Amino acid sequence: MVPESNTRFTSGSDPASLANLLGRACYSPFMHKVLRPRHGLARLKLAEVWEYRELMFFLAWRDILVRYKQTEIGILWAFIRPFITMVIFTIVFGRMAKLPSANLPYPVFALAGLLPWQLFSTAFSEASSSIVGAGQLVSKVYFPRLIIPISATFSVLVDFLVSALMLAALMLWYKVPISMNTLWVIPLTALCMLAAIGSGILFAALYVRYRDIRHVLPFIVQFGLYISPVGFMSTMIPAKWRLLYSLNPMVGVIDGFRWALFGGTNAIDVQALTLSIVLTVMVLIGGLYYFRNTERVFADII
Amino acid sequence: MSSALISANGVGKRYFLGADPFGTLSLRDRVTDVVRSAFRSRPPAASRDFWALRNVGFELHRGEVLGVIGRNGAGKSTLLKILSQITEPTEGEVNLYGRVSSLLEVGVGFHPELSGRENVFLNGAILGMSRAEMRRKFDEIVAFAEVEAFIDTPVKRYSSGMYVRLAFAVAAHLEPDVLIVDEVLAVGDAAFQRKCLGKMESVASQDRAVMVVSHNMSVVTQLCERVLWLDRGEVVAAGVTREVVGAYLAQGSTSAGSWSPPAQAGVPLQLHSVSILRDGGTTGDIAGDEPFEIVFDYSVVAPLAPGRLAILIGDANGTAILTSTSTDKMPALREPWRPGHHRVYCRIPGNLLAPGRYFITVAEPLESGGDILHHGALSITISEQNSLAARDGRHGVIAPLLEWREEDAT
Repeated sequence: MVPESNTRFTSGSDPASLANLLGRACYSPFMHKVLRPRHGLARLKLAEVWEYRELMFFLAWRDILVRYKQTEIGILWAFIRPFITMVIFTIVFGRMAKLPSANLPYPVFALAGLLPWQLFSTAFSEASSSIVGAGQLVSKVYFPRLIIPISATFSVLVDFLVSALMLAALMLWYKVPISMNTLWVIPLTALCMLAAIGSGILFAALYVRYRDIRHVLPFIVQFGLYISPVGFMSTMIPAKWRLLYSLNPMVGVIDGFRWALFGGTNAIDVQALTLSIVLTVMVLIGGLYYFRNTERVFADII
Repeated sequence: MSSALISANGVGKRYFLGADPFGTLSLRDRVTDVVRSAFRSRPPAASRDFWALRNVGFELHRGEVLGVIGRNGAGKSTLLKILSQITEPTEGEVNLYGRVSSLLEVGVGFHPELSGRENVFLNGAILGMSRAEMRRKFDEIVAFAEVEAFIDTPVKRYSSGMYVRLAFAVAAHLEPDVLIVDEVLAVGDAAFQRKCLGKMESVASQDRAVMVVSHNMSVVTQLCERVLWLDRGEVVAAGVTREVVGAYLAQGSTSAGSWSPPAQAGVPLQLHSVSILRDGGTTGDIAGDEPFEIVFDYSVVAPLAPGRLAILIGDANGTAILTSTSTDKMPALREPWRPGHHRVYCRIPGNLLAPGRYFITVAEPLESGGDILHHGALSITISEQNSLAARDGRHGVIAPLLEWREEDAT
């Protein structure tokens, strides 16, 4: 009936399929899959997530596009949010409460804490609500479900990079010296992302089953801002509580950011950072397993 | 090894109804159980389970189009969801030998704010196409959907027809080994539907396979060589399309010549029965040249907007032969319904239908407007006796007695 499409359809052995094979690792003409009820602990199958990395990219790309579609100032919102928070912090903590800021201009000090915190909190809440928000996708198409929360966190990373420019500008403005140490920001950002992904996928899976999570999320984000050393220095916490305080993975990340950016008096607490890393990895692994073990019923209960 | 692309064995899917619909999890998963028990303050209440699918087995081979038919709730969609890996079977096993793409809904993942172009790439990625593959096929997809002029417009400004065409076009250009399609042909206009059918036929001719769920028996008959008929989660019959579709349509219909819908209280029009009358008696067997009447027996008990009664006669393949409504020739019935007990007769002349089995779908008006259809309520057998079609092996779907005349042309 549609002759031109008949001829263009390609079958198993021609060059078009070869390109297909190269472009997409998971496609194999001899693929064999068995679907049967699973028992016991699910395997993580992270290789499959990697095979679908293009989809991860597309979903993150969609989130970014959609976030600023039909907004007048578009990506500027990525500047405004941390900027206003910074101004408020400067007035409340810097001017009124006169909290110490390691001899740095308070706005720079606050922004250096706000950046990783906002990355974490936004990525965490986006990831947590991502599965429920993608109900139609989950119940109609197959792909590794982990793609959804992970791509949600990556779409937030773009906003983070944009607002990092603001910090760079502010540091130039206040003539804060920049050293090679600054490069440590990169692994610290990665740590922050891992913490967001780990807790995000855990909450995303819980959210499918327990809609209570919707009410818990804003609370966690709000509360987290005050118990993380965003507006103040973690050295203000009495020494005997420091280790306990560092159970919050963001303590290591935020302290690490300040150390990487400003060095000197912001000496890093290796013990606390190690604790942050260990905890992040534990949450990540726990989150992955919980997610993989509950995802089999996502389509049934979403 | 055979050419099977899908082979399913004893597949079952159980859902839990009631207070703890997810009971399966806590039984099986120690890990989730630990987390869950922290959240659960009370022991799980008793739950009823329900098998949406039970002991289903079949094979799908290369170059084949397999239809899945059955009434609503028969388990068709559950089966497709299991094959698409959206949900897991509770028991049994499915072997997939190849890449399976499924199209359970048109336009999954379409975002209204994004342009047609952006949505094509996004949707393609969701359905499992690589970026290189999509770039290669992009023009073809847009041409198939006939939306070239609007490809950079946000799809929220598309007409619903354009939206659906674009969405189907993306899916139609997938190159999986198995394409699974759920009732998506109910979309678009007739020309586009034909285009989609053509596309699906060409998939099967390319040594791949298609599995399609449809309520439209003529689509199933046209497209599929084999059919799987499900009812209440179990396979009732599987085999050659003609036979299975015929049996499916015959099921539930009465050939005794009279059919009564379940009594309904509170509706303004109460249909008591629909019967086939021949020479004053009800029957389901008619000779080829005998006229018969279809009689609607009903009461109007409350005011009802103008409406109509209708019949649709279909053959054993599900192909519609004819439709006729009470308002075709009786202007009185276009008026508001008169209260009381009435009968309406529809006369079908002799020498019209060819010998064979037919299913009569009857339609009654809905209070809210529109019709309610009773599919295959009655069945009727036209015998070869006195039929024109039987006379000398004539061909044709119908066998009418037409008028011939001769004139002297001088």
